Amino acid sequence: MAEAHPVGFQWVMEAKARGAKVYHIDPRFTRTSALADSYVPIRAGTDIAFLGGIVRYILENELDFREYVVAYTNAATIVSEDYRDTEDLDGLFSGFDRTNASYDQTSWQYEGQERNAVAHDTETQRETAAALQHESHGTAVGGDAERDETLRHPRCVYQILKRHFARYTPEMVERVCGTPREKFEEVARAWTENSGRERTSMLVYSVGWTQHSVGVQYIRTGAIIQLLLGNVGRPGGGILALRGHASIQGSTDIPTLFNLLPGYLPMPHHALHPTFDDWINGIRHPRQKGFWGNAKAYAVSLLKAYWGDAATPGNDFCYDYLPRMTGDHGTYQQVLNMIDGKVKGYFLLGQNPAVGSAHGKAQRLGMANLDWLVVRDLYLIESATFWKNSPEVETGEIVPEECRTEVFFIPAASHVEKEGTFTQTQRLLQWREKALDPPADCRSELWFFYHLGRIVRQKLAGSTRQRDRALLDLNWDYPTHGVHAEPSAEAVLREINGYEVATGRPLSMFTEMKDDGSTAGGCWIYCGVYADGVNQAARRKPGREQSWVAPEWGWAWPANRRILYNRASADPDGRPWSERKAFIWWDGDAGEWTGHDVPDFEKTKPPSYRPPAGAAGVEAIAGDDAFIMQGDGKGWLFVPAGVLDGPMPTHYEPAESPVRNPLYGQQANPIRKVYDQPVNPLNPSPPEASSHVFPYVFTVSRLTEHHTAGGMSRNVKYLTELQPEMFVEVSPELAAERGLTHLGWAHLVTSRTVIEARVLVTDRLTPLRVDDRIIHQVWLPYHWGYEGLSRGDSANDLFGITLDPNVLIQESKVGTCDVRPGRRPTGPAVLDLVADYYKRSGNLLAHYPPIVTTETASGREA
Amino acid sequence: MGVRTWIEGWPVYRQLTGTDPLGRGAAAKSARSETLTARTETADSVARSVCPYCAVGCGQRVYVKNGRVTQIEGDPDSPISRGRLCPKGAASKSLVTGDLRQQKVRYRRTYATEWEDLNLDTAMDMIADRVLAARDETWEDVDDAGRPLHRTMGIASLGGATLDNEENYLIKKLFTAMGALQIENQARI
Ligand code: SF4
Repeated sequence: MAEAHPVGFQWVMEAKARGAKVYHIDPRFTRTSALADSYVPIRAGTDIAFLGGIVRYILENELDFREYVVAYTNAATIVSEDYRDTEDLDGLFSGFDRTNASYDQTSWQYEGQERNAVAHDTETQRETAAALQHESHGTAVGGDAERDETLRHPRCVYQILKRHFARYTPEMVERVCGTPREKFEEVARAWTENSGRERTSMLVYSVGWTQHSVGVQYIRTGAIIQLLLGNVGRPGGGILALRGHASIQGSTDIPTLFNLLPGYLPMPHHALHPTFDDWINGIRHPRQKGFWGNAKAYAVSLLKAYWGDAATPGNDFCYDYLPRMTGDHGTYQQVLNMIDGKVKGYFLLGQNPAVGSAHGKAQRLGMANLDWLVVRDLYLIESATFWKNSPEVETGEIVPEECRTEVFFIPAASHVEKEGTFTQTQRLLQWREKALDPPADCRSELWFFYHLGRIVRQKLAGSTRQRDRALLDLNWDYPTHGVHAEPSAEAVLREINGYEVATGRPLSMFTEMKDDGSTAGGCWIYCGVYADGVNQAARRKPGREQSWVAPEWGWAWPANRRILYNRASADPDGRPWSERKAFIWWDGDAGEWTGHDVPDFEKTKPPSYRPPAGAAGVEAIAGDDAFIMQGDGKGWLFVPAGVLDGPMPTHYEPAESPVRNPLYGQQANPIRKVYDQPVNPLNPSPPEASSHVFPYVFTVSRLTEHHTAGGMSRNVKYLTELQPEMFVEVSPELAAERGLTHLGWAHLVTSRTVIEARVLVTDRLTPLRVDDRIIHQVWLPYHWGYEGLSRGDSANDLFGITLDPNVLIQESKVGTCDVRPGRRPTGPAVLDLVADYYKRSGNLLAHYPPIVTTETASGREA
Repeated sequence: MGVRTWIEGWPVYRQLTGTDPLGRGAAAKSARSETLTARTETADSVARSVCPYCAVGCGQRVYVKNGRVTQIEGDPDSPISRGRLCPKGAASKSLVTGDLRQQKVRYRRTYATEWEDLNLDTAMDMIADRVLAARDETWEDVDDAGRPLHRTMGIASLGGATLDNEENYLIKKLFTAMGALQIENQARI
């Protein structure tokens, strides 16, 4: 955090100055470690084993915050008797289907709900990254599950959790993670001792956590701990995801993602949602509690915002204009399709996949096989010049005279040359004022897309083809101003907020949205950002002039709440758990919830409220159901549906690992998303014999002085001066083993490519004893590429493409490689070196690692 | 220069005798720095902005004089950053004003080995033509079972996460209306 989110880290230091203890768990000793109370080393890719050890420590010693756990989590809920655990099946859960490597989730359901909760099969969910829709809500479960509040029933979640994690002992943590047992126990003690009624602990991760083939389950494990310890919805608690880019949260909320529409509404699927009603009912599950019960109002308002007057109840609000998914259309599938010649044109909008995405070579070969490419950026980044300067031009794999891709580089406006909102890592929207107009041909994305739409619509004017109706009927009237005819960002924000169609009055709250077409709104969770016709995101009341929650600085979704699920900061009766941690409470005299934040609960629903029999939606949320977006109102220790690789996290080795999984026969995530394509060979891993050819673990992350793929930092002279060169950090022991010298050169080889870097020999990396072997890890920054003031090889070129099945994010924080002294070969000799590795590891070309590696047949049990 | 002036010109003397015992303010000033004015004081305008790098969202003040950005500073009002910026945020004036920044459209023709110039309006028109052509060539109306698809798989897009919400909104809206489904973002990466 000190390294990649330095100014945010000031608050950690502030807490430390007031007595908080800071523990830093990382494969490498960093600037954060230097300021922490304790640094805890770990083998990259084993976080679930470490955190699973904490879960076991809590449960074996009964250190959970019992009142919180019983009231607010699903610990007491009884699970189907068909459920089988990884304990029974050697690392698989019940329902595993070998033929398509996916789970049937029926047996994971709550008792009595086995037949009504499965929306569609896991394979389709994986292909469409369906789990992403749950970013703002739970999945389909009925609100009326059976519970045993004594937590003794053998099939209650609490007992299942206890059995599942029983083998994650401190000895096992040491064996898997390489973390010394005392270090692990120090963290376990501190975390539990500092949680409960009077105290809270916070878990902070950076989004490298998501870049694993089990990324979602990493975060799930953190969530289980925080729920067991009563650290969710309370001040000083929670899980803080430190996102990496100025508005990456915004890019998920108002997504430019293939499977989502704004506000986490799903993009329709051709087979599941052929009709409007199928689509709506797929979002709001009948009988479910919570605010997703109103999904139709959110969806209709979006369609009204898109198609205005053309969207009527008679034509299902133009539902048929929406394109349909048929499977995985994610960025990696797209690139493989480009290589196969299926994609004609590609837009890159401030993004540099040639350096920033996994498997840089696949990215560049894909871009070299298009009809046309449009690059919008401040600088001539690597993705704009792949046809000229890429490593593949050096090896002869791309020949400029034979590369047909037509490239348009349209310079972009910078952040000071346009106005608009970023959503930062805590869901807070902040409006930026424009300082000046962009120079010369530079233009904002708002300008580019508004005018592209205008021109396209002009060219189609008069068309009678059905396919053009969606463009011609589009609500595309935005006022423009200034010399460049810049569209008004405020007008767009107002549309995002939503308004009453008849009067144009901006809505104040998403509860005002209607499902009859009388309201329009582009992103229901952002409703309120333009309440009263005022740009709430532009509020800048100085921090020192308001409370510590600072509610009048910017605007947070939803409804300006700064801590989600803050109902949980009070006990079931609505009293703060303790004076010290008071945040939101029930004021009986006034008959409403009050406190330091906007209550994340219906303002006047008393703690004693119990829903009438048969209630659904918002009405079904009881006065002590703190998790108001979940189908049963509870925080989930066990996930009965929606997380595709298991109802509870399980340690699997990374797709590329030098270690045989010490916990189960199953080596790696059995339902990870794989692309078995010639361009994407994977290094062998145990139990495959040739795994020793790539004996070292490598991991990558950021430097303070650079930003992601380097487009915004390697072109900036001060930053380049501060961190002038690509390098690799190695331990003194590995340097001795491989003959590497400090400040000399090394090259790293994987089955994709070879890259070189200057060597930094440092004890910031320690060899770890894992399962009775010494495992060496090396670390690289991933900022470099072949353009800019400072150039170097790209660390992301080393990775292959393997994805988390829930969200289709690639495993690009851990892999295996070989490390050799000296510089890499150049030109076609690069290909010869990689081919030699293929040969030594037993013809990788015809190879794909086995998905199921356990001896236990899953079918037998189920 | 008299001895007295000479002694009083010595910062340590001023630090020991004056009102600035830590030597961080008036005591440390030289005769030259006395005459300097901060760029922030003479700016024509100040915009309240936000750092474009990481997701902490530090407040920035952007100072403009004669149509140029002259300084970018941390915003002390921000309860998030309290006026601080890290090296990246502090270098963002160079990001905006750097010599390497491309200000003109560049065009690489099929099979060409060099860039060419191109007029922005022409480029926009050419891109619009290509979008429509790619869409027509790859349009899919219905699937095998006759269920609607209404899409093109011939167009793809990958956006960065420094895009504004308003920009993402228009991008998604336009592409969706075009039937372009393969719209992705750094948020997937
Ligand atoms: S100044 Fe640094 S810490 Fe603050 S938002 Fe910018 S990059 Fe992040």
